[in-house]
Amino acid sequence: MYLQKLSLFNFKNYTEAQFDFSKKLNCLVGNNGVGKTNLLDAIYYMSYTKSYFNPVDSQNIKHEEQYFLIKSNFSVGGKDDLITCTVQKNKNKKFSRNKKDYKKMADHIGLIPVVMVSPADSALVTEGSEQRRKFIDGVISQYDRRYLDDLISYNRALRQRNQLLKNFAREGKFNQASLELWDQQLIEPAGRIFEKRLEFVTELIPGFQAYYNSISEGKEQVGLSYRSSLHSITMDELLIANREKDRILQYTSGGIHKDDLDLRLEEYPIKKLGSQGQQKTYLLALKLAKFDFIKKQTGKTPVLLLDDIFDKFDAGRVKQIIKLISNPDYGQIFISDTHQTRLENMLGTLDVDYKVFRINDSVSEISTSDQVK
Amino acid sequence: MSLHRFPSKLLEESVEEFSGLPGIGKKTALRLVLHLLRQDVNDVRQFGNSIIRLKENIRYCKSCNNISDTEICEICADTGRDKSTICVVENIQDVMAIENTNQYFGIYHVLGGIISPMNGIGPDELNTDLLDEKIKKGEVKELILALSTTMEGDTTNFYLYRKYQGEDIKITTLARGVSVGDEIEYADEVTLGRSLINRTLFENNLSS
Repeated sequence: MYLQKLSLFNFKNYTEAQFDFSKKLNCLVGNNGVGKTNLLDAIYYMSYTKSYFNPVDSQNIKHEEQYFLIKSNFSVGGKDDLITCTVQKNKNKKFSRNKKDYKKMADHIGLIPVVMVSPADSALVTEGSEQRRKFIDGVISQYDRRYLDDLISYNRALRQRNQLLKNFAREGKFNQASLELWDQQLIEPAGRIFEKRLEFVTELIPGFQAYYNSISEGKEQVGLSYRSSLHSITMDELLIANREKDRILQYTSGGIHKDDLDLRLEEYPIKKLGSQGQQKTYLLALKLAKFDFIKKQTGKTPVLLLDDIFDKFDAGRVKQIIKLISNPDYGQIFISDTHQTRLENMLGTLDVDYKVFRINDSVSEISTSDQVK
Repeated sequence: MSLHRFPSKLLEESVEEFSGLPGIGKKTALRLVLHLLRQDVNDVRQFGNSIIRLKENIRYCKSCNNISDTEICEICADTGRDKSTICVVENIQDVMAIENTNQYFGIYHVLGGIISPMNGIGPDELNTDLLDEKIKKGEVKELILALSTTMEGDTTNFYLYRKYQGEDIKITTLARGVSVGDEIEYADEVTLGRSLINRTLFENNLSS
């Protein structure tokens, strides 16, 4: 599966632009602010029906315009798929496949798997546990609808239970039977969510470590593990154990909504110990492991979007990354970079089909692998 | 159009009252008020009086808690109905929906809400006293739980089940499954899954 053509109208900084892509490697070069990342985001839109960066659709419309349109031609197993997205101010988003509008965006997600690697991923390391749960939930709910339903149910019951605890405090009373009604609603989905998360992280770990070792050439030891109270105790027992604590705190202090991923470098949290380059290596390895996971789960090779990937990496790591992604296990790849010479040097070492796009006010193709050969 | 300044205090007051109703915003309220203003004064008087009469004279059935003009509602007073089967619903709209099926010949019990801490409704706020009494007197054989299939509905079902499970009554709940006229490919997985688990004998379909 690969993206053949993409047209943008009034999307972010683009007024109008068309692209014809290589089915293997596409390089986007240009200075800061010309729209390299926006182009990658447009491709991301075609997969997830939303922006990687800005969750408000209408804010992705070019300034002072009324709408944006993204049109794309994907080749899926030899067949053409035309995917379009239109966002108009104050109107509902329209997303269609082969000219047929989707009723629910969720029906499209998963059809065209995409993995984005972006400098914004550093939030996974630096921000709170919510980011890391989102990372896990985002992957699993793509192929497991039941998981998404469980998450929605769990969060709803959790809100009700927390409100009940606040009501108790306000009214100066406590009713255990009433609290147990909501415990009951949490227990089942919590158990299933835990199992799925455990399964996902367990599957992710070996690939992640292999990727880290190969990019860093085995210089450091990294660790990744799933942290959850449910490893040692069931949700049922946890709620009972925390009952008094919850009553005092006026919220549910334990459960799968507190789960986290431990990201470690040499047995210490990478947030504290890792250099920027090490953190970036860690995140890239995590994303590539996610790539493999999705590929295995769906049987489809995701499109890989690498935004500003070589920044902060030393020459050795850059070389290893290039070696990795030129592997035929990867399908179509998009790389953005500000250094044209760095990219060209890299391309010189590869024997793959590629295209380079120079992005400025008007987009132009500057070279392809065909010309070189 | 700015709705902060009205040329008339009387107009503003009426708009305020209307916009306090559920689902009515300021603009709609103004439209309704201006409409009433154009009507004949007798029509408007009738409109206003009917609302006052409603509030002053309405009663709640002493047997099932449904809205009624009389002490005992029409359904509870109907001697042809089976008083030992009670269908538990959230509100009067649900009574009307089930009555419209023409498939139910028992009586109802109206809870007046479902458990939802976010809406300030706990088990104590549900009207179950009348139901407790009937069950205590041994008048009830079957309790049909007919609440919305939301998490709050489920929680309320579970609460009622726990409350009455020790009594000598059958507690049932509405079947959950594929709707009439639905195409299987468009049914959601959860519903379809439950329909498979609770599948019924084909013979039963023939008789209904």
